[in-house]
Amino acid sequence: MNFNLSEEQNMLKDSVARFVQDEYDFETRRSNAANPLGFNPDNWQTFAELGWLSIPFEEAYGGFGGGPTDVMAVMEEMGKGLVVEPFVATVLMFGGLLSKSDNPALKDANIEKIIDGSLQGAFAYVERQSRFELADVKTQAKRDGDDFVLNGEKTVVFNGAAANKVIVSARTSGEQCDEAGITLFLIDADAPGVERTQYRLMDGQLVANIKLTDVRVAASQVVGKVDEGYTLIDSVVSDVTIALCAEALGIMQKLNTTTIEYTKTRQQFGVAISSFQALQHRMVDMFMAGEQAKSILYRAVCAAEGEADDLAKNIAALKVMIGRNGKLIGDEAIQLHGGMGLTDELDVGHYVKRLMMINTTFGDADYQQQKFNRLAYAE
Amino acid sequence: MDITFSAEELAFRDQVREFLAQNWTPDLARRIRGEDEEFKAAQIEWQNKLNDKGWLAPGWPVEHGGVAWSVTENFIFETERSLAGAPDVVPFGLKMVAPVIYGFGNEEQKQRFLPRILKSQDWWCQGYSEPGAGSDLAALKTKAELDGDDYIVNGAKVWTTYAQYADWIFCLVRTDASGKRQDGISFLLIDMKSPGITVNKISSIDDHHSLNEVVFDNVRVPVANRIGEQDKGWTYAKALLAHERTSIAGVADSKRRLRDLRKLLSEEISGGRPLIEDVQFQNRLSNTEIELMALEYTELRVLASTADGKGPGVESSLLKIKGTEIQQAIQQMYMDLAGYYSGVLHGDETAESIGHAFGHDARKAYMYGRAATIYGGSNEVQKNITAKYVLGL
Repeated sequence: MNFNLSEEQNMLKDSVARFVQDEYDFETRRSNAANPLGFNPDNWQTFAELGWLSIPFEEAYGGFGGGPTDVMAVMEEMGKGLVVEPFVATVLMFGGLLSKSDNPALKDANIEKIIDGSLQGAFAYVERQSRFELADVKTQAKRDGDDFVLNGEKTVVFNGAAANKVIVSARTSGEQCDEAGITLFLIDADAPGVERTQYRLMDGQLVANIKLTDVRVAASQVVGKVDEGYTLIDSVVSDVTIALCAEALGIMQKLNTTTIEYTKTRQQFGVAISSFQALQHRMVDMFMAGEQAKSILYRAVCAAEGEADDLAKNIAALKVMIGRNGKLIGDEAIQLHGGMGLTDELDVGHYVKRLMMINTTFGDADYQQQKFNRLAYAE
Repeated sequence: MDITFSAEELAFRDQVREFLAQNWTPDLARRIRGEDEEFKAAQIEWQNKLNDKGWLAPGWPVEHGGVAWSVTENFIFETERSLAGAPDVVPFGLKMVAPVIYGFGNEEQKQRFLPRILKSQDWWCQGYSEPGAGSDLAALKTKAELDGDDYIVNGAKVWTTYAQYADWIFCLVRTDASGKRQDGISFLLIDMKSPGITVNKISSIDDHHSLNEVVFDNVRVPVANRIGEQDKGWTYAKALLAHERTSIAGVADSKRRLRDLRKLLSEEISGGRPLIEDVQFQNRLSNTEIELMALEYTELRVLASTADGKGPGVESSLLKIKGTEIQQAIQQMYMDLAGYYSGVLHGDETAESIGHAFGHDARKAYMYGRAATIYGGSNEVQKNITAKYVLGL
């Protein structure tokens, strides 16, 4: 048993931390997010040069062959910097689906381009009515000779504005909420019949709704197997959930450190407010929430590394705790910063907003708790 | 990052399971739940079985009869012991005073006390808290004055668990009141048969006798029974406190209690449906289970860092706070599950006699369980410690 990173993982983590330290102060981050793409393309090239875009991919496709621990190490540091570049959307989600599919031609055609930084991707899985149900898919794909024809609308597509290619979940058979009958299609973002409406989220992300009107896709562009897309989605969403929770942990640690430092310098009633026991105990609660979150993240990562039977239960528990503890830390960070916590100028509110979006992504704490209950208590 | 067990560790787990199957018998389990002398005899019998196997004293130096388990082996043993429903050892001798004796005692003290602790020939209790010194332990006033080769001890210790069974008590006493409060404290081992000691029973809200007051009236204690140097007892005791907080977390036992609770919830019927289907109860269960899943790994992280020679450090306060909060949440759920029967006063009522088996135990655990957030330094004091030493506030 050990909870240490390998030497290689430590180097990876350090390199992300150094990038954040040198290239990602808060004002720079603000201008990166304001870029029309939603991120700074120069940074993306830097990520490619540093090899980060290759982390989760198999060595056969030019990847680093990294696992959940490697991804965790990177994401925790990106969280501390509030990095807006779409590592999750392009590399872990879009790339993850390709990587875990069994279609060598699609892998050959795309993974190399993800790694060299020339291809931006997105995964379009949300629909207006679906909320957090990954299997609730109304978008239709009808077979027509060697092609499929897609009709429907996907919403809140992360990195949807900048993506060159998009993987879309669509129904090829079954009822609206069936897990069976979902198929994943790789489409060009500017294919005929694709209409994008982009908008901003509070954490700086540029997302898009993608309307599909008679979009023609060759059968060769099916990611995974026809009607069996859900298994692939479930597996990649599990991986990405762990990654997002690692990002959240980085954010929580940053908020805790920032808050402690602030209370030590802020003077009221002639003393530093950190000397007040009422505030000290709140900061201890924040610290404990962060440590517990770290522990349950380690637990999920160990379960993923060991391909444990109860991985799904561990991930649901992780998402519940990250959501709840993230809320506690975020709310307290604002409270302890007083009026300053309300300002857009200070970075605190921006960290909190990202935590809130992570809580929502793939199902918030309440949703995940119901999932946990089903896995744990329904016989 | 790796938690998978090696082939050797899996073999060790089988060994532990086999030992428990053979030695933790239903008869012993029944007697250990008994009162007074029956409990004491059964607890000693259980500890002797562990000692015969060489498994009683993990963490002790091997030359004194300890067993040098790895962090993982210790985790495996604790998990299996708890899942089997077997109790922990009584900590006062084996886990509290022994580390002070082998850590800071002289050779004669080690030879004299450690073998008798291993064989459970001496029952120990802990003399720290006083009427005027609870969470603020350094306020203690029990006085020890030198008189030739003896100290004369006067004062009172309180909340002394199992003092009524004890052969020995380890005490923090004041040998110097002139300087900084922490500097004038000494660590004494006192024979409970010494003239001048009175043990007064304290009845507690669980309707059970475990707490006592121990009064010292001109009690003679040989200087040879002092650990280490005079006035340096605080240092020795402090090393122990971090360990105490870690073991108070009770992660493995909480896992078993939750598992058993789940089973009882699926057997209990409410409105024609098993209570486990109640959404409110499911949410309460999972709130606690998820915290416990995290705390289990917090404990493993602390243990792993101890194995690397770094701890247990001040993070042990976190284990104490979260561990006791979880224990109390579980106790509350047992009470609510028991409903009317949570009021059952006597432990000899059975499912056959009154139709319900665990109401009494649930009540006892709940009532005595209030102590967990108080003892070992109250949870609020743990927060003060964390604020000061971990967060630097």
